[in-house]
Amino acid sequence: MRIVLFVISTVITIALIFVLNKRWDAIPALGKFLSPQTGFWQAAEANDEDLSEELALAGLQGKVDVYLDERLVPHVFANNDNDAYFVQGYLHAKYRLWQMDFQSKAAAGRLSEVVNNDRLLNYDRLQRRMGMVHAAEIMVKEMEKDPSTKQVLDAYTAGVNAYIDNLTEASLPLEFKLLGYQPEKWSNLKVALFIKLMSADLAGLGYARDLEFTNQKAIFSRKEMAILYPQVDDSLQPIIPPGTPFSASVKIPAPPASVDSLYYSIDSTVNPVQVPKPVDIKGSNNWAVSGSKTASGAAILCNDPHLRLTLPAIWFEMQMHTPTMNAYGATFPSIPGVVIGFNENVSFGFTNAGRDVIDYYKIRFKDESRREYWYNGRWQPVQMKVEEIKRLSGDVFRDSVAYTVFGPVIYDHTFNNGDSTLHTSVAMRWTAHDPSNELLMWYKLNRAKNYDDYVNAIQHFSAPGQNMIFASKTGDIAIWQQGRFPLRWEGQGLYVMPGEDTSYAWKGWIPQSDNPHVLNPAQGFIQSANQRPVDSTYPYFIPGDYITPRGVAVQQQLSVMQNITPQDMMKLQNDVYSTLAADVVPFLLAHIDSSYINDVEWKYLDELNTWNYQVTAESKAPTIYQTWFDSLEKVIWRDEFSTVGKTVTYPSEQTLFEILKRDSTSKFIDNVLTPQIESLNQQVTTAFKMAASKLAKEEAQNDLVWWKHKESSIQHLLRDAVPAFGRFNIKAGGWGNVINAYGKTNGPSWRMIVHMTPEIEAYGIYPAGQSGNPGSRFYDNFIDDWIAGKYYRLWVMKASETSDKRIIGKISFSKA
Amino acid sequence: MRFLLATLLTAAFSFIAGIYLPWWSLAIVAFMVALLIQQKVGWAFLAAFTAIFLLWGGLSLLIHMRNQGVLTKRMAELFPLQGQSFYLILLTALIGALVAGFAAMSGSSLRPVLNTRRVR
Repeated sequence: MRIVLFVISTVITIALIFVLNKRWDAIPALGKFLSPQTGFWQAAEANDEDLSEELALAGLQGKVDVYLDERLVPHVFANNDNDAYFVQGYLHAKYRLWQMDFQSKAAAGRLSEVVNNDRLLNYDRLQRRMGMVHAAEIMVKEMEKDPSTKQVLDAYTAGVNAYIDNLTEASLPLEFKLLGYQPEKWSNLKVALFIKLMSADLAGLGYARDLEFTNQKAIFSRKEMAILYPQVDDSLQPIIPPGTPFSASVKIPAPPASVDSLYYSIDSTVNPVQVPKPVDIKGSNNWAVSGSKTASGAAILCNDPHLRLTLPAIWFEMQMHTPTMNAYGATFPSIPGVVIGFNENVSFGFTNAGRDVIDYYKIRFKDESRREYWYNGRWQPVQMKVEEIKRLSGDVFRDSVAYTVFGPVIYDHTFNNGDSTLHTSVAMRWTAHDPSNELLMWYKLNRAKNYDDYVNAIQHFSAPGQNMIFASKTGDIAIWQQGRFPLRWEGQGLYVMPGEDTSYAWKGWIPQSDNPHVLNPAQGFIQSANQRPVDSTYPYFIPGDYITPRGVAVQQQLSVMQNITPQDMMKLQNDVYSTLAADVVPFLLAHIDSSYINDVEWKYLDELNTWNYQVTAESKAPTIYQTWFDSLEKVIWRDEFSTVGKTVTYPSEQTLFEILKRDSTSKFIDNVLTPQIESLNQQVTTAFKMAASKLAKEEAQNDLVWWKHKESSIQHLLRDAVPAFGRFNIKAGGWGNVINAYGKTNGPSWRMIVHMTPEIEAYGIYPAGQSGNPGSRFYDNFIDDWIAGKYYRLWVMKASETSDKRIIGKISFSKA
Repeated sequence: MRFLLATLLTAAFSFIAGIYLPWWSLAIVAFMVALLIQQKVGWAFLAAFTAIFLLWGGLSLLIHMRNQGVLTKRMAELFPLQGQSFYLILLTALIGALVAGFAAMSGSSLRPVLNTRRVR
């Protein structure tokens, strides 16, 4: 009997252990995961935990002291640069290792290794086909060629790995336990991968509309396309003040003789595919005001880059103090240095240039094997790169990517990105594939003392193109639109180009010195908000996906402001006045046919009539306005665009308004699918009626309150898989076309204000927290203050302030 | 007394083993303790069950309190346990306790066989 009992209980025990020690698809191994000694519980940080540590690590050359302040911002004091970057790597890993590992996998197209999801396989393939790793490998070579960036990289990587090497099962970050995998060793390549990820985000597929435009030229003439996608909007307030003289120091190339027949003509064989598009607003603001406009007489620099808001955040705040620099600001966990911030002499910030730096070339392969393509009159071999995508299931997905003289063939018969009608192959020419050393810019910028140092630093930056704002204690303010931009003939790169010979290739580069820039303009301030950088007098052809309204708003406000204080700048960064709505609403109200309006609808119109154009959280008018405008876009565009029958991209809101305002009889107003001719008034009214029926339904649910309509959230990087780690239903105003451009998922990812007084007075905040650990009280502790528009005073700690009350922990590093 | 002793020994050695060994080391501890301490099988099960229930429940409760529920609240939503930290602590305690209980049962049921051999 006892034997039976023994056998039964032993079998049950072993079975239990087996079941609980094994991962079941998305469910972690529960025994391991629930164990208070090794499982997720270990991620729960004690609130009274002593944050001080002493660490002896190989790879350090001397002692480094790190003081953690009450917001968990590390202030690093190192005796040499090597140690500072080593410790930065260590700290990034300590607080953000999972994020770093995950983002490098996302960049390299390796998410299938850790998450089981067919959509992700498609994502991974796309990353491979964009040549992300290829681009990063080229970049690493370039960075390692330069002795200073090589040293920085090696030290940073060693620091990250020192942290990884000391991990135990218990101290593994929570997400690794949840997903059931181990962190990979860090490498210099992963630094490059992160920079390429930023290029993909800010100058990638989402900024190149060549494929959609190629579809659309089947319907619209060249002239119509120029009206729908103008190079210069009527109301543009460019970054470089109008009147600034421009000249071209190189000859602008002429288009090939065959453009009319081979390029502008309708090409039904291209038949491009679904194009991944950013789902939310994209943008950023930065501006600087000179001492002549401030109360103190010192310049003020402001920057709020708009990126996807996530938990953990893309930013990590820190101070780095060495004999060669004392830099403070927002850093990217994954790359060494301070990315947006200031030192004792200068401050710097970025917005996205939005320039189109991707062109597509139609490739003619000899046969389905894709081994040879027709180029310059003969069959040339491709370089075939076989990508192995390892899947969580254990399978390996192999994808062959053909590299041509232009770049990788992103779409072909083996990869249509979900569009089965694809019959052609397109190669992608992307500036991010060219050798560059962006890291050297940050290395120099963190140590810059004046305008000349800044100009010298930024020349190393190729992609993604950025509007680099600058202010110095000596009173200079400046901006450069910086990047390596192709020299194009007028019209080049709007559509997919013939790829059978050299004639449509890029003809060189716009010289560095001709990049749009301005130093100390007479207006006393500089602003950029993703608009086109220059007016039509700029000699080069610079297509891009520009945004006009925010630049108008910033320009209007700054031009009238005087005696500016940092508090005024905070108000401006949080401003939600919509210049577009202020133009559009009276226009629409003037064109509505009131005889068709019922009582409920009048209520909506009244709301708009009394609106002050502030897109605040609690107001209803923004919901009504935006719904009306969305309907108007459908009413005006859907008829023409539906005849394209393929992926299209609508003109911007600004352009639609300008077309209607310029010409109330514009041919686009009519619905081409009906026999009669619709007037502007009819269409505006139809759009309103459409919107009103939507609004009536919505009103029952959310009373049309803007924040409820907008549904802003800040999700964990794993999004839907871990809703409990994110924040939802965020009560905040703002929208893409106002300065505080907070949409559904994207928004001001770091708000910074730097007052260039003798002792720098700086403020900043980002919507997350310093720790990436959902079990830390520092995980999301900035969010509520960020929503409320508050700022933290940034403390540039001095070496003499080691006993300051703000310090809550000290990590002492020494060499092992 | 034996029950108490078995409970205490299982809890203490499981805790120590848990620092160095995988989580299931508690099964080995429970098995050994049950093998060494004379108890009825039912009592052996209960002693080990109680030991780990208290150990895992206690540890997780302590962690939960020191963390002021920051993580437990999130994890209890994720599991999903309606965001109730208490359920999560209970689940943790139960999972560990069950494994320990059955391991002790196994150890205990082996014991008389050894005893008889020794008596003979």
